[in-house]
Formats: sequence, structure tokens, C-alpha cells
Amino acid sequence: MIHPVVIVGASMGGLRAAEALRRFGYLGPITAIGDEPYAPYNRPPLSKEVLATQVSHEAVAFLQRTATQDVNWVLGTRIVAADLEHQTVTDANGEVYPYGVLIVATGLRPRRLEVPNGMLAGRHAVRTLDDAIGLRASLQPGARVVIMGSGFIGCEVAATARKLGCDVKVIGPGTHPIVRPLGVELASELQRRHEAMGVEFFMKRKIVDLAGTSHVTGAILDDGTELDCDVLVEAIGSHENTEWLEGNDIDVSAGVLTDDALRAVKASGDGVWNNVFAIGDVARFVNPIFDEVPRRVEHWNIPTDSAKRVGKVVATMLGDGIGGSPADSESFNAVLAEGFAPIPSFWSDQYEMHILAYGLLALADDIKLIDGEISGDCVFGYYRGGKMVGVCGIGLRSVVQKYRSVFTLEGTQ
Amino acid sequence: MLKIYVDMEKCQHYGQCVFEAPDIFRLNSDDKLEYTATADDSERGNIEAAIDVCPMQAIFLVD
Repeated sequence: MIHPVVIVGASMGGLRAAEALRRFGYLGPITAIGDEPYAPYNRPPLSKEVLATQVSHEAVAFLQRTATQDVNWVLGTRIVAADLEHQTVTDANGEVYPYGVLIVATGLRPRRLEVPNGMLAGRHAVRTLDDAIGLRASLQPGARVVIMGSGFIGCEVAATARKLGCDVKVIGPGTHPIVRPLGVELASELQRRHEAMGVEFFMKRKIVDLAGTSHVTGAILDDGTELDCDVLVEAIGSHENTEWLEGNDIDVSAGVLTDDALRAVKASGDGVWNNVFAIGDVARFVNPIFDEVPRRVEHWNIPTDSAKRVGKVVATMLGDGIGGSPADSESFNAVLAEGFAPIPSFWSDQYEMHILAYGLLALADDIKLIDGEISGDCVFGYYRGGKMVGVCGIGLRSVVQKYRSVFTLEGTQ
Repeated sequence: MLKIYVDMEKCQHYGQCVFEAPDIFRLNSDDKLEYTATADDSERGNIEAAIDVCPMQAIFLVD
């Protein structure tokens, strides 16, 4: 009996892992289990283009390739427990799935506001397709939208809601929206542009309670201000979905700690699980381009990059999975030695602003304008100890692209 | 021969595809995406990688 490769999490990372397994020659069984009822879809448009128009699964679904047509997708099913010693995971109905290899791709879920008067309708998170469908229905012209959180998601929703004719107020803990990681100069310009579009900011503030009896009618800030509110959007960060892994010898202190083959590290210090991998937002790994500190990276490219790495390692380890022999230890060690050094990249669309960045901007101790003008299209460089760790532009894409090669292993030499 | 189609309504010209399949995709001097609509079969891997990294999922391979 050959146990399948079981992928827990049926989003982009899960899909890309299945594709990579096939591409690198694994033909054996693959089961992908996800708690949402939908086949894998692309999340970023859910706060931008798609939220501005018609939200549907069709608008965001990933194309399914022929190579992965025989993947067993188990959707609408939440995995609640794992037994890494006995190689099983268990769903909420008690069904047990044995695995040969486990790929953890459970990602994150939005953190929610905790307030005394919290049991109200009209509160929204922005993560899943269903979240976006619910939010889209509420973003009617004239609706009073309060967004708690002034990071990328909060700002993207603000821009989209303004486009749709809503009244928009943004509350954020920092001095300026997206001040981390953009830095004060770029963040204050971003705020200025939002304000020019009619968004009002309440910075260094937080919501301490809500008004309303069944539906939210107001947001009460820590300085006593009460903002009228029909729609509350909560974009205040995320939690790792790792509770189902607890009780095993695995380090899930802040996501799943992995080695450079994305194998899960044992909490006991006794090496790694050779058949347990983590990919995407939930994986915490060292990126040798920057330093030796393991981090989770919430960039869109990470699920794909990590899935490809894992697909190759697993396919090399298992062989074709249908009776052929796996690679010899020399070939397997050669694949392990390839390491993992993804180029972090992210983008954001707000109004006519197209923001594109490479690197880990948050590591910077110095930020300077390196091209263009702050009031128009511009490019900022982000430096740590004089060495570039990130680049970010509004417009000027071909300038930003030129710096991409800095964030490779070769570029760091 | 492979046929490539980019939905220019969806494309936001991020140029991620350029790094995966430089013989097919490029940004012109106005930072807009241009591409070659046909390619040899040997480009399949690169084009599939370009499809994967497109933030807008705007690239399609027509078999």
C-alpha cells in the first residue's frame, strides 16, 4: 500500500506543490485537503480589481493543468489534528488520512478585533473568496466604511471602496499608512495621495469598542472619537494556521520552522522530519540572500517558490511513486544542496498607483529616493548597513526591475 | 508550436513573466508588456513558469 502525498491546504501553494510533484516525475497518489469549498484561486485581486467589479470564483480560479487532473481534492474539509509519528492527519469529522509525505500549506487566517460589543453584523475580514463576496455586497455608494488597519490590505480596500463611492476612514496604529515597511517618506506620500482621493486617516489610533445593537453603527476610538460606520473592515494582520499540528515534536512557535529543503524542524532539536514539509505563508525559513534569521514571508511569490522546491525534493525522494526506484542518495543530496533562496517580491495597486517591490524592505536602517520624484513616479532604495536589502517603486517598473538581480545569491556576493 | 495569449485587460505590466521567459515577454520603453504570440515547444517550461508568477494570472498557453 502506497500512502499518498497529502497536502493540507488547497490554495495556491497546495496547487503549485501538486504541479511541481508531477513536473519532477512523481506519478503516485496526491490528496489535497482544504477547508474552503473552492478549488484553488488567486487571492490578491480580492482586495483590488475583483472587489471593484464582480466577485466570483470564476474570476479568480487558477487554471487546472492536465498533469494534476488526477489529484484528489478534498474541499470544504478542515484538518484538525496530525500524528506525525504514525503519519496521519484527521479532519473535523474524524476521518483519518494516512500519508507518506505531508505538505503543510495551511497559511494564515485574519486576526480579528477584540472588543466588548463585538457580536455585531457588518464586520468584515479580507482573506477568502467568501469574505470578498460579503464585503463587496456591503460596499454600496455612500456606505460609511471604517477600515481598522493601514497596511497593504487596508489601503487597497480603502482605494477600492473610494472607487465604489463609499465614504472611507482608515484607522492605523503607526504614524502613516504602510510606514512599515515603506518608510516615512514614501508612506506619507501614499497617505497624501489617499487623502487627495477623499480618504480620511486616524493614525496612532485604535478601535476600543463598537456601537450598535445588531449591526455595527459606529467605531469608538481610544481617544473617545466615535466614527459613524456601516461597514467595518478589519485588516490587522494574521494568525498562522498551525494549531492542528500541536502535540507533535515540531516547532510551530511562529509558523512552521523549516530547513532549506522546507522540511519541518523538530521542537526537540533532534533534526527534521524527513517527510513533513511546509510551504507558503506558514513556513518559517532562512533566506541566505539576507541573513541567517528564519522568517515567515507573506509575499505572493513565496507559495509558488516554496512549492517548487518541495515538489522537486519530494519527487526526488519518492521517485515516480508507482513502483520505480527513488533517486540514489547522491542525487538526492545534490537536490538538497540546491538550497532555497527565493527573491521576495510584492506589488500593490491603489488608484492609479502601481507599487512594485523586491527584497525585504523591513530590514532597512536607511531609505533613500534613488529615482524619479516623490510627488510623481519614484523609486526608493532600502539599505541595511549600507547594503541594499530592498527596492520599491511607484511606477517606473523598468527601473525597479533592474535592481531585482541584487536580491539573488549571486547579487549578494 | 505553442500559442501564447495574454489577456491585456487583466495584465498590469508587472513584468514578472519577463524573468521566466525572456525570449517571449518583455517590457517596452513605456513599461508596457509586449510578447511573442508563438513559441517553440522547448519554451513550454519557461512559459508555464511565467504563467505561475503572473500576479494577475493573465497569461494563457493555448495548446
